[in-house]
Amino acid sequence: MNNVLVYCELSEKNQIADIALELCTKGRQLASRLGCRLQAAVLGSGVKAAAESLYPYGVDEVFLADDPRLSPYRTLPHSDVLSKLIQKEQPQIVLFGASSVGRDLAPRIASFLRCGLTADCTQLEIGSHEDPKTKKTYENILYQIRPAFGGNIIATIVCPETRPQMATVREGVMKKEVFDPAYKGVIVPVAVEASLAKADQAVEILSREIEEQKIDIKGAQIIVAGGYGMGSRENFQLLHQFARLIGASVGATRAAVDAGFCEGERQIGQTGVTVRPKLYIACGISGAVQHRAGMEQSAKIISINTDPDAPINAIADYTIVGDVMTVIPQFMACYKNNLK
Amino acid sequence: MSFKIVVLAKQVPDTHNVGADAMNTDGTVNRAALPTVFNPEDLKALEMALQVKDQMPDATVTVVTMGPPRAAEIIKDARNRGADDGFVLSDARFAGADTLATSYALSQAIRQLGKVDLILGGRQAIDGDTAQVGPQVAEKLDIPQVTYAEELLAIDAKSITIRRRLERGTECVKAQLPVLVTVTSAAADCRFPNAHRMIRLSKEEVRMINADSIDAEMDRLGLKGSPTKVKQIENVVLAHKESVVLEPTEAALSELSATLIKEHIL
Ligand SMILES: Cc1cc2nc3c(=O)[nH]c(=O)nc-3n(C[C@H](O)[C@H](O)[C@H](O)COP(=O)(O)OP(=O)(O)OC[C@H]3O[C@@H](n4cnc5c(N)ncnc54)[C@H](O)[C@@H]3O)c2cc1C
Ligand SMILES: Cc1cc2nc3c(=O)[nH]c(=O)nc-3n(C[C@H](O)[C@H](O)[C@H](O)COP(=O)(O)OP(=O)(O)OC[C@H]3O[C@@H](n4cnc5c(N)ncnc54)[C@H](O)[C@@H]3O)c2cc1C
Repeated sequence: MNNVLVYCELSEKNQIADIALELCTKGRQLASRLGCRLQAAVLGSGVKAAAESLYPYGVDEVFLADDPRLSPYRTLPHSDVLSKLIQKEQPQIVLFGASSVGRDLAPRIASFLRCGLTADCTQLEIGSHEDPKTKKTYENILYQIRPAFGGNIIATIVCPETRPQMATVREGVMKKEVFDPAYKGVIVPVAVEASLAKADQAVEILSREIEEQKIDIKGAQIIVAGGYGMGSRENFQLLHQFARLIGASVGATRAAVDAGFCEGERQIGQTGVTVRPKLYIACGISGAVQHRAGMEQSAKIISINTDPDAPINAIADYTIVGDVMTVIPQFMACYKNNLK
Repeated sequence: MSFKIVVLAKQVPDTHNVGADAMNTDGTVNRAALPTVFNPEDLKALEMALQVKDQMPDATVTVVTMGPPRAAEIIKDARNRGADDGFVLSDARFAGADTLATSYALSQAIRQLGKVDLILGGRQAIDGDTAQVGPQVAEKLDIPQVTYAEELLAIDAKSITIRRRLERGTECVKAQLPVLVTVTSAAADCRFPNAHRMIRLSKEEVRMINADSIDAEMDRLGLKGSPTKVKQIENVVLAHKESVVLEPTEAALSELSATLIKEHIL
C-alpha cells in the first residue's frame, strides 16, 4: 500500500513509450527515497512482453490489463480501469506523461478521485511542508515543480491533504536509465470486464493516421541548433554539414522554423521538443526563455553569436563572439585538424 | 427540439506579450502590467460552436466563464461574434481555485442549464497551461470527452465526428452526445465580431452569477476546494554560469575543439 505508481503508455509499436521509462526512472528514485515499492500500470492489448521489459527500471509490480478493447487508447476504458486500480491500491504518488494520452487521462482520474494534479512538472522531489496558516507540518510530500505563465515563473506545488499526489511530466524532461539489468518484478493481472462493460462505445475511433516520424532529435547526444541569426535557408545548410562532421543532430528555434529555415520537428523549446544532450551548440540564437526551457539541461553549451550580450551567453560554457558564417567553417577546419 | 451548446472560455493575461515589467521585483506576477485577452484556444472553441450553429439553426450557444467581473468583456466579445448568451461566475468564494475547484464550479453552473448537448472549450489556457479543466468538467458531468480536436467533420442531433491530434498523427472519432470537446490552436480561427451585433448588443448587460446560484457545496469551491497549494514561486532569472568568452581566432577555436575531444564530448 501507499507505493509510487507510474501509468505506462505504449508507443504505436506496442512497446513501452520512452516517457514511461523516464517516469519509471524517476519513480524508482522516489520509491527508494520513501522506502516503498515502485509499481507500474500497463493497459493495452498483447502487451505482456512490454510489461516485463519494465523490470530493469526497478519496477517491483506491473499491473497488467490486457484486452483488445484497451487498444488503441480511449479515454473511458483506460480511466475506468485505472481509477479502480488506484482506489484499490491507494498509491501515495501517481505519475503520468504530459503527452496527448496522459493529459487526456490524468485530469479525468484526478477529478474522479478528487485529488490534486500538477501539470508539466520539470522536477519532482520529496520534502516536508509546513502549512503557512495552520503551521501543521507534513513529511514526505511530493514537491511538484513546474513552469507557468509561459515559462516566466517556476512554481513549487504541493498537495498536502489529498492522496494520491498526481503529476504529469513532459517527454525528455527526465532521464531514462536502467536501474539494474537483473531486477525482477512481478506481473499482477487486473480484471477489466466490469470497466469495459460500463465504458462502452460512447466514443468510437473511425480511423487513425500515424505519421512516420522522420526527424527525431530528442535522444541526440550532440545538437547543433540554428536560430534566426543563421540568416537564410541556404546558410542553414552549413549546420547540416557541421552536424555530419561531428555526429550531431540539427535543432532550431521557433524563429528559424517560422522563417522556413528548416522543418518544424527540429524546434526546441517550450512548444517544441525538450533535449538534454552532452553538447549543445547554439548558432545565431538569442536565448529566449521559451527556447531555453527546452535546452538548458544540456551538459555543455557553446554559443556562437555576434552579440556579446545575447541572453544565451549567460548559460553558455563557451561563448564565441562572431559571425556564424565565418566561425562555423573555422571551427570545422580546426576540428578536422585536431582529429589528425 | 433545440440543441444547446455551452462554450467554456477564460480571460487570461497575455503571456505571449510579456514585457519587462510583467514581474514584480519580489518575483510575483504583476497582473496589472499584463493586458488580458480571450484565451486563444477558447476563441477556436467558440468558432467550432458557431460552425455547429451554422448547420443547426435551432442551436443556441451559451458562453460560460469564471473570473473577476471584468471577464464580462469576453462574454460581450463572444456575443458580438455570434454567441446567443453568456454569463460570468464571479464571487470571492471562487477565488484561488485550482483546476479541480474550477471544474467543479463550471460543472455546477452547467447543470443549472438543464439538458446540454455539446460542451466546447479550449485545450488549455495560456496562463495556467494545464489542459486539465476540460476533462475534469466532463468527468464531473459524467459524460465522455474528446480532447485535442482540430476539425469538426460532422454533427447531427445524436453524435459529433471530429478529427483530433495524437502524439504522432491524427484520428477521427465519432462521439455520442452529450460530449465535451477541447479544441487546439490548429482548429479554424474565430470569425470576427459583427458590426450589427455590436450595435444591437452594446447596451445588454452581462449576467453575473454567484456561488449561491449554482447549488454548490461551498467547501468544494475556491481555495478551500483546491487540493493543490502553491508552496513557492520563483521568477525565472538566468543563472549565470562561468562562461568563457572566446574571440574567433584560429588558436582559440583549435584549443576549444581539442579540449572537447579530450573530454570525450566531441
Ligand atoms: C508561447 C510561446 C512559445 C514559444 N515557444 C518557443 C519554442 O518552443 N522554441 C523557441 O525557440 N522559441 C519559442 N518561442 C519564441 C521565442 O520567444 C523567441 O522568439 C525565439 O526563440 C527567438 O529565436 P532566435 O533566437 O532564433 O531569434 P532572435 O531572437 O531573433 O535571435 C537571433 C540571434 O542571432 C544573432 N545573430 C544575428 N546575426 C548573426 C550572425 N550573422 N552570426 C551570429 N549571430 C547572429 C543575434 O545577435 C541574436 O542573438 C515561443 C514564443 C512564445 C510566445
Ligand atoms: C503558477 C500556477 C501554477 C498552477 N498549476 C496548477 C496545477 O499544476 N494544477 C492545478 O490543478 N492548478 C494549477 N493552477 C491553477 C489553475 O491555473 C487554475 O485552476 C485555473 O483556473 C484553471 O486552470 P488552467 O488555467 O490551467 O486551465 P486549462 O485547464 O488549461 O484550461 C482548459 C480550458 O478550460 C476552460 N477553462 C479553464 N478555466 C476556465 C474558467 N475560469 N472559466 C471558464 N472556462 C475555463 C477553457 O475552455 C480553457 O481553454 C496553477 C496556477 C498558477 C498561478
